[in-house]
Amino acid sequence: MTTETKAKTVLSVRGLNLYYGRAQALFDISLDVRERSVLALIGPSGSGKSTFLRSLNRMNDLVKDVRITGEVFWRGKNIYAPGVDLVEVRKKIGMVFQRPNPFPLSIYDNIAYGPRIHGIRDRRRLDEIVERSLRAAALWDEVKDRLHESALGLSGGQQQRLVIARVLAVEPEIVLMDEPTSALDPISTARIEALIDELRSRYTIVIVTHNMQQAARISDETAFFLNGRLIEHAATAELFQRPKRKETEDYITGRFG
Amino acid sequence: MEAHPLIAGRRTREGFRDRLGYAATLLSVAVILVAVAAIYLFVFSRGLATFFVNHVNVLDFLFGTEWRPTLTESEGGPKFGVLPFIVGSFIVTFFSALIAGPIGIGAAIFMTEIAPSWGRKLMQPVIEILVGIPSVVYGFTGLTLIVPFLREHAGGLGFGLLAGILVLAVMILPTVTSISVDALSAVPPEIKAGSYALGATRWQTIWRILMRASAPGFVTAVIFGMARAFGEALAVQMVIGNGKNMPTSLLEPASTITTVITMNMGNTVAGSVENNVLWSLALLLLLMSTVFIFAVRWVGRRGRLMSR
Repeated sequence: MTTETKAKTVLSVRGLNLYYGRAQALFDISLDVRERSVLALIGPSGSGKSTFLRSLNRMNDLVKDVRITGEVFWRGKNIYAPGVDLVEVRKKIGMVFQRPNPFPLSIYDNIAYGPRIHGIRDRRRLDEIVERSLRAAALWDEVKDRLHESALGLSGGQQQRLVIARVLAVEPEIVLMDEPTSALDPISTARIEALIDELRSRYTIVIVTHNMQQAARISDETAFFLNGRLIEHAATAELFQRPKRKETEDYITGRFG
Repeated sequence: MEAHPLIAGRRTREGFRDRLGYAATLLSVAVILVAVAAIYLFVFSRGLATFFVNHVNVLDFLFGTEWRPTLTESEGGPKFGVLPFIVGSFIVTFFSALIAGPIGIGAAIFMTEIAPSWGRKLMQPVIEILVGIPSVVYGFTGLTLIVPFLREHAGGLGFGLLAGILVLAVMILPTVTSISVDALSAVPPEIKAGSYALGATRWQTIWRILMRASAPGFVTAVIFGMARAFGEALAVQMVIGNGKNMPTSLLEPASTITTVITMNMGNTVAGSVENNVLWSLALLLLLMSTVFIFAVRWVGRRGRLMSR
């Protein structure tokens, strides 16, 4: 399926099924995510792309009556195996949500939250992490003079970059993004996209988007979901220009969804 | 003026209903405002008469420690020192809030975070029952259970500040709990998800994010509880022992502002200085409740500012 096989697979999904109560939402999904690449998940509303994303760091564990079968291997270890430390899973596989969700704390404390809960107390180290993370999220210059003001005073686009910085502060390998720009204006969206482009050299990014142009602009590979099934997964250019499946073609040419 | 379709509405039936509805709601507001104004005016006029008509010294009243309203002038004049009652009110309010605060907030966390399904199903009716129990039942229960228990295990008569504190703590618990539940429920779920997604445990999320985000709500909950404790008369009167002296220990019989009013109002003649003094105490209660309300509003406003 993938055109280049040079890069290592960092996340490998095998036969994933997910049920909400008795209703099945994901059907037998298998997919590999390559290291330091951007994978876009596209599909109409209700196609299961966000549900799938949330399975990759076990955020679905928080939802009642969810049952999952199948495996998600991160560096060869199934994150659904018994005895797996959820804290470690979520540290290594971070997540950015649809709506910016800064904590009602200062900018500094938002970024330092992750390192602090994982045991870092040293003030100098925290300062360092906060600056590095904010720089990595292209927010440092805008907030460096008001680190101790409430994060809720930032604009929506700044809040979303703050949240990305907060994820980077715990040094993940993979960053999952669930429609991170759907609540933002076009300028803020462009900034987030530029940021994703910078982050791809150091992180693996899996991004859900309802915006096909966005998928085409920022991703290396694209996976198309429909009715809880993975229909097609290929290099982005290939999927958009020469879709192999009829459903994919219908979707990207706007015939439904 | 010529009829125009756009300005015809005024004369129609709907226009009439519109004005009727406006008048009805305006009247409701007017009734409330008049009632509040009347209470303030009346309490102020009677309460201040003590000082302006009967010429009781304000400082002797507020800071005097002797309450002997029937003492004749030849014996040194009647004495209206109410400091022991003020102190009694503050002690029972403070300590009952100190007990009910942590328990109420703890119960609220359990109901919203630990066991939101069955915990809430079980506790919600329990709290509503606690709110609905009449204060005389609280007082009677306290009199029958707490007073003898304290007499046997803590010493003294059993009647006293501690008995009042314990009864009040139970009484204000539902207030503290339900407002705390509201505060916790108001925290957006995305914020919690954000914390879990960083690898935080449930305890870390509760302790570092939820508690912080709900702090102004908790303060409001405790202040509302204190307002209720400060104003409660009957249940306290039944267990506090109604001593007239400055309390020196929690086990001693004492009085609060409210209990003195209810104990004495039947025994005084309207317009007499003994009666007016009770109105002065009522004025004190009114002022304190006003302070509580402004404190709640201030906390609410500050809370909003902090979280912006």
